[in-house]
Amino acid sequence: MTEVKDSVLLRPNRPVGVVGYGAYVPMYRLPAREVARVWSGRDAELPIEEKAVAGLDEDTASMAIEAARNALARGQIDPRRIRAVWVGSESHPYAVKPTSTIVAEALGITPLTQAADWEFACKAGTEAMQAAIAFVGSGMAPYALSIGMDTAQGRPGDALEYTAAAGGAAYLLGPAEESLAVMEASLSYVTDTPDFWRRAHAHYPSHGQRFTGEPAYFHHVTNAAQLMLAELGRKPGDYRYAVLHQPNLKFPQRAAKLLGFKAEQIQAGLLVGRIGNTYAGSSLVGLSAVLDEARPGDRVLVVSFGSGAGSDAFSLEITERIEAARPRAPQTQDYIARRVEIDYATYARMRGKLLMK
Amino acid sequence: MSVARTWRTRKQRYGLMGERCDYCHNAIFPPRDVCPHCAEPAQREFALSGRGAVYSYTTVFDPPTGFEAYAPYPVALIKLEEGPMVTAQLTDVAPDQVRIGMPVEMVTRKLSEQGDEGVIVYSYKFRPQLQRPALTA
Repeated sequence: MTEVKDSVLLRPNRPVGVVGYGAYVPMYRLPAREVARVWSGRDAELPIEEKAVAGLDEDTASMAIEAARNALARGQIDPRRIRAVWVGSESHPYAVKPTSTIVAEALGITPLTQAADWEFACKAGTEAMQAAIAFVGSGMAPYALSIGMDTAQGRPGDALEYTAAAGGAAYLLGPAEESLAVMEASLSYVTDTPDFWRRAHAHYPSHGQRFTGEPAYFHHVTNAAQLMLAELGRKPGDYRYAVLHQPNLKFPQRAAKLLGFKAEQIQAGLLVGRIGNTYAGSSLVGLSAVLDEARPGDRVLVVSFGSGAGSDAFSLEITERIEAARPRAPQTQDYIARRVEIDYATYARMRGKLLMK
Repeated sequence: MSVARTWRTRKQRYGLMGERCDYCHNAIFPPRDVCPHCAEPAQREFALSGRGAVYSYTTVFDPPTGFEAYAPYPVALIKLEEGPMVTAQLTDVAPDQVRIGMPVEMVTRKLSEQGDEGVIVYSYKFRPQLQRPALTA
């Protein structure tokens, strides 16, 4: 049998782009030093400054609805033309019953649409985005909505409790000629690497401590990015911005350095210090912060990471439509600026960590 | 609320889907068979903007079944831009910060949960309008 050499880049038949985008970050903030006060007594070398916490009446569905409303406000299309609503999350409110039907109904997209929930730890949102690119790019649908949103949980006292946060973003994909950012190409890099997981009936995830670094995050993020850049014949210097999945401040900063990106290229999309790790929302809310300031002609590299494990890399080019679309909805920093600090006790109540019966 | 009843009202609850009367052109919420303004049949679907102002408010300390997890919480009469007055919970605001005339906007939030195994009911609530820096040209 002769070996067939396909391109490893994922590119649709017809050009696709982001027609609308929208972020959401809840208003409550739990400082990392407050977690340290309760559990470790040490506040040196905290992984972030503070994390965003969902209010008592918020969950992945309600947050996805607000981000999607912002994306539709920017896209200005009739919601009945959207043929897919795909929500990636590891904190869907139901084990069985789609989050996506709730979002589709709230936005007036039902009933002539696909609706499904995606699961791949922190890259469920970009997985949904790739599928949406394909759905539009194949000509099957004029528009498709992909969302990455989470209300992440960390076991009390665990290293992840400092960072596991709430937030995310929604992306309306459509024809490139209507888009504010063209999707040039993407690439997926996946292996079976059990660095972090949660069993079916467990409340909190488990993880492989330091195993989450080299063989998991760094291996997948750097390979996905390097392979895509090589296939495109690009260098880090060809990009104005880079957004990497951000479980803490150190990981994306180090991965960016390994890839040859400078600190100023990752600055705009590096939100983890102020909102925490929003899991399936992490790289996508970083991208929304970049779209809030990018100019026509700028190129953006996005690389997600999901435990289990894999990365999706995307290359985007901003179009002149960005300027008109941007002010039609609140920006990512508007949500981040809306800050109410809470203590650990309030956090424990809000996140259902107190045993009531 | 039964599953069937919450299902029936999902459009109005998720997104303030009301009606606009074909005869007197008033906005109507919640939707109903007969226009409360002119008594003609009212049926044209109309999505309200969700923007309005607090007309009056109170704080619920002793909540009805299904709402215990959220107390104390503010409840307000909201005068919508298009005219109708709705009763709704306020969210993302401390009860002592609510003021009459406060500009608010609609968000879709969790309203109640029917126990650990029942359905989750989502509904409109109102929050103080998001502060946004002045748009630069």
